[in-house]
Amino acid sequence: MEGGILMNSKYLKAILIAIAVVALFVIFHYGCQESKDIVAGDEAGRVYVAPGNYDEFYLFTSGGFSGQIGVYGLPSGRLFRVIPVFSQDPEKSWGYSEESKPMFNTSYGFIPWDDSHHPELSQTDGVPDGRWIFINANNTPRVARVDLTTFKTAEIIEIPNSGGNHGSPFITQNTEYIVASTRFSVPIPNKDVPINSYKENFKGTLTFIKCANNGAMNIEFQILVPGFNYDLAHSGKGPSHGWAFFTSYNTEQANTLLEVNASQNDKDFIAAVNWKKAEEYLSQGKFKTFKSTYFRNYFDEKKHMAFSEKRSDVKVLIPEECPGLIYYLPTPKSPHGVDVDPSGEYIVAGGKLATVIPVHSFSKMLKAIENEEYETTVDGIPVLKYESVMAGEVENPGLGPLHTEFDGKGFAYTSAFISSEIVKWELGTWQVVDRIPTYYSIGHLCVPGGDSKKPWGKYVVALNKITKDRYLPTGPELTQSAQLIDISGDKMKLLLDFPTIGEPHYAQSLPAELLMKNSKRIYPIEENENPYSVKSEKDVRVERNGNTVHVYMSTIRTHFAPDNIEGIRVGDIVYFHVTNLEQDWDIPHGFAVKGANNAELLVMPGVTETLMWQPKFEGVYPFYCTDFCSALHQEMQGYIRVSPRGSGVELAWHTGK
Amino acid sequence: MILKSKIIILFASLLLVLTFFFPLWYIDLEAPQYPEGIGLEIWLNKITGQKPNDLENINGLNHYIGMKEISPDAIPELKIMPFILIGMMIFGLVTGIIGKRIFVYVWIILFILLAAVGLYDFYLWEYDYGHNLNPLAAIKIPGMAYQPPLIGSKMLLNFNAISMPDISFYILVLVVGLSIISLLLDKKSEKVKVKNE
Repeated sequence: MEGGILMNSKYLKAILIAIAVVALFVIFHYGCQESKDIVAGDEAGRVYVAPGNYDEFYLFTSGGFSGQIGVYGLPSGRLFRVIPVFSQDPEKSWGYSEESKPMFNTSYGFIPWDDSHHPELSQTDGVPDGRWIFINANNTPRVARVDLTTFKTAEIIEIPNSGGNHGSPFITQNTEYIVASTRFSVPIPNKDVPINSYKENFKGTLTFIKCANNGAMNIEFQILVPGFNYDLAHSGKGPSHGWAFFTSYNTEQANTLLEVNASQNDKDFIAAVNWKKAEEYLSQGKFKTFKSTYFRNYFDEKKHMAFSEKRSDVKVLIPEECPGLIYYLPTPKSPHGVDVDPSGEYIVAGGKLATVIPVHSFSKMLKAIENEEYETTVDGIPVLKYESVMAGEVENPGLGPLHTEFDGKGFAYTSAFISSEIVKWELGTWQVVDRIPTYYSIGHLCVPGGDSKKPWGKYVVALNKITKDRYLPTGPELTQSAQLIDISGDKMKLLLDFPTIGEPHYAQSLPAELLMKNSKRIYPIEENENPYSVKSEKDVRVERNGNTVHVYMSTIRTHFAPDNIEGIRVGDIVYFHVTNLEQDWDIPHGFAVKGANNAELLVMPGVTETLMWQPKFEGVYPFYCTDFCSALHQEMQGYIRVSPRGSGVELAWHTGK
Repeated sequence: MILKSKIIILFASLLLVLTFFFPLWYIDLEAPQYPEGIGLEIWLNKITGQKPNDLENINGLNHYIGMKEISPDAIPELKIMPFILIGMMIFGLVTGIIGKRIFVYVWIILFILLAAVGLYDFYLWEYDYGHNLNPLAAIKIPGMAYQPPLIGSKMLLNFNAISMPDISFYILVLVVGLSIISLLLDKKSEKVKVKNE
């Protein structure tokens, strides 16, 4: 029996040990799962911006299919503002107020949405200067300019002769031009032809938009190029200033099942355009004028209203007639991004199906042009020999390299979509020195000033396409995401994940101090030139002209004037012209009226905005302020009486009687 | 009076010109919603905001408690004060030229009287603005008055009102100080003269 007890206690021990091992394993396993990455040490402190303190950088992310721009702070990843650009935004009455509607005019009529991919900060001498940020509309080709004193869209220009505006807006080093390339080749001018006549009829365009000192944009000229897909671009800087580089794919010229048919050639092209040469040809008159309708819409900051100009003529340069204007650099394999390093010498391609990152040399390119080291010619465009222009190839760069940004310290950072990582490599030696995973499937990446002459090489932001299990789930549609990675040391370090609006394709970032000091607080009411504005409460009134009624209304804490309106009839078209008389920082007033089929107004201090309203039924309708403006915000309301058609109720209005 | 004293008086008189270019008094209003600051400056001839629109915004806020609008045009003192100051300046210049000590005494006494009357007047205006409230005001707190302090700070609902002399006031103090110095120097030289004789 004793032996039995001994045996039992041995069993017991073994069982206890087994349980302990299993428990340890479980604790260890689940414990590890809870923190998916190795984020340890002081990372939390490094992204913590204490309440009331400011971030070091602004980050502008494209909204992708939201059509807008997101404004964030780095390193915190906090969202400050969504700037409405190409998509209507009822919250800010963008595209709904009568004043902002013309911003959406195109040759296809009013377009309420677009797909915005690439924000690009204005530069002076190759460095972001904080004046404007540009962004493209992919679908109905347009480029917008956003004023960085007001964080408001100031101008939108349509790009004619373009099938889709993916490859834009990439600026030259003093913001002389914004370049744009058509993603889709189409018949130019567009016409009704069989789709399978692609090779014969389809063409691409490279567009140069001139940017005046006051920001006004103009389609200066276009270059008619062979019918490939033109993907992305970047302008030269320093020694390569005067040139712009555009990637192309589908040099196979397939018009169906491109995933196979456009992936056959070993090399596609980077188009190198000498735009100073183009200016010479233009001044010599060696251009053709194409008729093509397009719109330029701009927002007048004094009138607080947008205006549209319809334009029709475009100057087009034909490469065959303009020798020296454009060259092709063979580049493996369906290249996506093209990025120029801070020195302006290296042109880095993201050959998305390539096994290396090809880097071209600008100086070698000039030499090859001089020596006419051509492989062949395509539609009058010389194709330079790959070996003659290549500076080096980065081996083992990860799968699916797309985009490259620079830190100004001799290193480049390339996003690899398929292997979902950022690869750090050295310019000159072309050696990979570090890599870090991203979660998941990175597209673009952004170093503050990372495409300029002087990057602020402290962080790189990964802009990811897929998040899956990274955040709390929200049904099938999950948040989009960016990741902040520290690049100040030898090894990259993941610091923070943060959600973003829309799909963040590309982003640009610059030090906060460049913008903060210029940020506008109010619009001086005495400078308000809106024809429907009121400068004081004494001027408020209601005017009828047939069945159109104009309400000249003012807001100030905490009432509307007038706040009682009578004599409106069913069938009237009522325009509420609301002027916010406030001249105090951060005191907008809202205006919402029951049954409005459009939106609310959100009127900044000193601004006039107009909401159109068509009452359908007789009765009394309340209107009220939507932006909590003061302690008596809930009292900021009014009534409008709607009488039947043909009613004899007199037009009357008052406040406080 | 000795030449040095006369020159000091002439210089002090000319210093008064500066009082036209700087405020006499300021009232800072501190509140959580105004991290950027908001406040008033009281000049010889006007009342302004410390920043553009501050006066309008203060009037806007004050309407909630039923305070009258601060309208510089409605304050006659602002029209009189510049003439008084010009008068004082002429008096000083004449004193400096004539060099009679009694004039300096009078000048100093006038300054002190002016300051006393001015501050009392300022207090009366503050009292009026702080107590004479519209009975229909949205915010009514029984027993609450909104008179800012003459000098120092006081909580008025969410605002801490800080009322303090500004540059022009210190110029006036300096002018009086210089006048006293000129008198002392003159007296000292008299004593030396007596001794030497």
